[in-house]
Amino acid sequence: MRRVTRWIADHWIMGVGLVVLAYMALPIAVIALLSFNKPDSNKTTYLLDDSGVHWTLDNWTNICSGADDMCGSLWVSLQVGFIATVIATILGTLIAFALVRHRFFGRSAMNVLIFLPMATPEIVMGSSLLTLFVSGQVGLGFGTIVIAHVMFCISFVVVTVKARLAGLDPRLQEAAMDLYATPFATFRRVTLPLVMPGIVSAALLSFSLSFDDYIITTFNSGGVRTFPLFVWGANQRGIPPQVNAIATGMFVIAFVIVAVGQLRNARRSRRAATS
Amino acid sequence: MSVAPTPVAASAAATGAPATGGLTLTGVTKRFGAFVAVDDLSLHIPEGSFFALLGASGCGKTTTLRMVAGLEEPTTGAITLGGADITRMRPYQRPVNTVFQSYALFPHMTVEQNVAFGLQQRKVKRAEIKPAVQAMLDLVQLADYGHRRPAQLSGGQQQRVALARALVNHPQVLLLDEPLGALDLKLRRQMQIELKRIQTEVGLTFVHVTHDQEEAMTMADTVAVMNAGRIEQLGPPTEIYEFPASAFVANFLGQSNLLTAQAQGPSGADVAVEAYGSRFAVPAARSRITSGPAHLGVRPEKLHVTTEVVPEGHNAVPGVITDSSYVGVSTQYLVRAPWGDELAVFAPNSGTGGPLHPGTEVTVHWHPAHSFLLSAESGAETAAEPV
Amino acid sequence: MSAVVTTPAGTAGGDTYEPPPEPVAGAKRRWWVPYVQLFPGGLWLVIFFALPVALLAQSTLWDPAGSLENGYELTWRWQNFSDGISTYSDQFLRSLGYALVATILCLIIGYPLAYAIALKAGRWRNLMLIGVIAPFFTSFLVRTLAWKTILSDHGWVMDVLRMTPFFGPDDRLLATPAAVIAGLTYNFVPFMVLPLYASLGKLDPRLLEAAGDLYAHPIKSFFRVTLPLSMPGVVGGTLMTFIPAAGDYINAELLGSPATTMIGNVIQSQYLRVGDIPVAAALSFTLMAGILILVAIYVAVSGTDEVV
Repeated sequence: MRRVTRWIADHWIMGVGLVVLAYMALPIAVIALLSFNKPDSNKTTYLLDDSGVHWTLDNWTNICSGADDMCGSLWVSLQVGFIATVIATILGTLIAFALVRHRFFGRSAMNVLIFLPMATPEIVMGSSLLTLFVSGQVGLGFGTIVIAHVMFCISFVVVTVKARLAGLDPRLQEAAMDLYATPFATFRRVTLPLVMPGIVSAALLSFSLSFDDYIITTFNSGGVRTFPLFVWGANQRGIPPQVNAIATGMFVIAFVIVAVGQLRNARRSRRAATS
Repeated sequence: MSVAPTPVAASAAATGAPATGGLTLTGVTKRFGAFVAVDDLSLHIPEGSFFALLGASGCGKTTTLRMVAGLEEPTTGAITLGGADITRMRPYQRPVNTVFQSYALFPHMTVEQNVAFGLQQRKVKRAEIKPAVQAMLDLVQLADYGHRRPAQLSGGQQQRVALARALVNHPQVLLLDEPLGALDLKLRRQMQIELKRIQTEVGLTFVHVTHDQEEAMTMADTVAVMNAGRIEQLGPPTEIYEFPASAFVANFLGQSNLLTAQAQGPSGADVAVEAYGSRFAVPAARSRITSGPAHLGVRPEKLHVTTEVVPEGHNAVPGVITDSSYVGVSTQYLVRAPWGDELAVFAPNSGTGGPLHPGTEVTVHWHPAHSFLLSAESGAETAAEPV
Repeated sequence: MSAVVTTPAGTAGGDTYEPPPEPVAGAKRRWWVPYVQLFPGGLWLVIFFALPVALLAQSTLWDPAGSLENGYELTWRWQNFSDGISTYSDQFLRSLGYALVATILCLIIGYPLAYAIALKAGRWRNLMLIGVIAPFFTSFLVRTLAWKTILSDHGWVMDVLRMTPFFGPDDRLLATPAAVIAGLTYNFVPFMVLPLYASLGKLDPRLLEAAGDLYAHPIKSFFRVTLPLSMPGVVGGTLMTFIPAAGDYINAELLGSPATTMIGNVIQSQYLRVGDIPVAAALSFTLMAGILILVAIYVAVSGTDEVV
């Protein structure tokens, strides 16, 4: 009996943690389930009736036929995400280098400028950008979406790359210079490869933030539709069930990318540990 | 043996005609804000020598090393190497390589890639790099580990990779920054011998920074003891140990009994000394001063305890044993002298007579040639109290 | 021994002062290098974040008589604020209330999860962390829509709740404040767990053992040692949760009803449907200022400056 209470005392918190994780995973499971369901109409995509799931593969086999512009909007989101990620990653990485490597006048002001976009509600950023574009008479569209996405991604890139860079042993760079590497060669052969994992995670984070953004985008999109805008718009009329197939597909792809990265890391560190 | 008032002057080469070979520091000072890390340091290290900079942490030894490597720039002063001024050269322009504390191996490269790095940066032909790297890995006995990553190696192996990575470039000076600090005692002993062997084999100038006096004495042919940004004493290990220049050195290298004394002028070949009402003699050749306030020093292993007659010509102090610890090779006693201080005595376990017990009344005695006389001004405040 | 004054090669004239070197040694650092690195990204943030926010502040005082097409006139109309706040005070209070409740719920469920990952998970730690960020792998909107299915009148959650005495056959979850708060909690709980995990992960397990040794009772050692040491994570997590939750309107729109609209819904429709930009800006600005003030008070009271 003592052993049972002891076991509970040691493990209850893990039990609670797993229940919370299950709560967080539940909607994803529902989406995956719904991607195999055939609703009566687009109005009832998210309402399972009493007879349960009407199994079908239609949503997967005819993934683009749910609505005319659904796959088009997906394509727009991919393009926006790609361009915004590239720009934000480059600009953010440069800022991270400046902040970690240098002590300069205006450093704390810059830190505040990096922090504020993360602490500002999206609706404020979206609406203020709209005000800027309207007063500047900038036509809303693909370009303004990219501008907005780069803006809110930069801070997250800076924070991610900064963390990696700050953890870098400065002696490695000294060692490189001691071994005849010029500052440029030191950067290319030592600093960059070691910071790369941070830059890659920053880019992945940027892409997922951009790909998923609805609030800021809705203010600055003009007539252009990203995937989240499509979902929102369709919600008024009825959502085609293929949306669930797309969302499930996205999840699987992202999960595979992250899992492969993790497995490679784990294997590398295991190899290091056993020899 | 010259009796020099400032020990640094022993390296007269720095003040005389500049030596063509070797490494020379002239009046080097390094300030970090208001803090003076290295204070007007002048020093000559001849080519091919194994030189140790010994001191406690924060004494400026690592800063000195970093200035030679080019990782710090001196505030004032000049550094020359083989006659060429390298003071303002970038680290990658200097024919100097460093074995870093904690090694700083590139974690994303294999052992081979680490060792080849310097050669690649100097644009050595690819065909020459491979055999050079292999030869160097042979030298440090890691021939079969070329394809491993640093994280897959033990501490001692990483240390040897760091050494190979520096040595493969045949630097004019190899700098070693506490290279053995991260290793356990047994491995450290082994690596000390190994390093000495490699240095003899390749014949390069080694400058070795350490806080471990035993390490410095085992390997180096010249030791400089640093304290508060200055060199307290410079010379061969035996000289520094047997005839320390200051109270700091006397207690930093091993342990010394320092008696507060008054030097009363020469008497024959000796200097007459008065301490706590007793008179002692110290040979003039072992006295840093001949008159004035002084420290009379004797190493614990040079002291003898006896309950019998004191040999002719020895200095003697009566006392009572207050503590006795048997450590195998010797017995370490604390003997309270009549004036209240305790003297440390190491009696070798030579098999004659058993350990004496606390409370025994004894006489502590020593041969005058085994003592030394220091000026009381020579860093009396830094002298650690005798154990 | 006198110091030898050395003149660095190439310094002509008396100007020989050398600035102290930078922390990363060796490379000669020019003062302008960081500014070059900062310039493009910093400029982007100034033009597309700082400037718009300043403009937003200014547009709160425009005359609402203008229009997007014809432009607005700056008439210093402070009334925009009083109009907006008095008309939409319910939505303001609702936003703060919902966000507060959701933040507290996130803390209550997020802390055990972060604790389990940081201190109990062992080799499963990375897998559980992937579980925490897994919701980000797919669309925020679609995930929120999935809650419609879960909370629907015929879903199994309602089936279970109807078995309790608190729910009658006609009571529902969907389109109630509870549904909106559940959605907010779900959507922002990862933002709570990650900072908590970061600060709990830094805890030295030996410290907990020592605490267990000293206080004997685990609950006491939790409140005396673990919780105070994880305070930066608690502060960071609550801010990361509260700020976006207060500005959110997606959950209110998809899971709520007209009776649960939050200030975000109002701002969005004022901007994009009604087109009353000055009042919308006044609301937006008030929301931001309100959040900043709350955050400042909170950070001051909790006594930590480690926000991110």
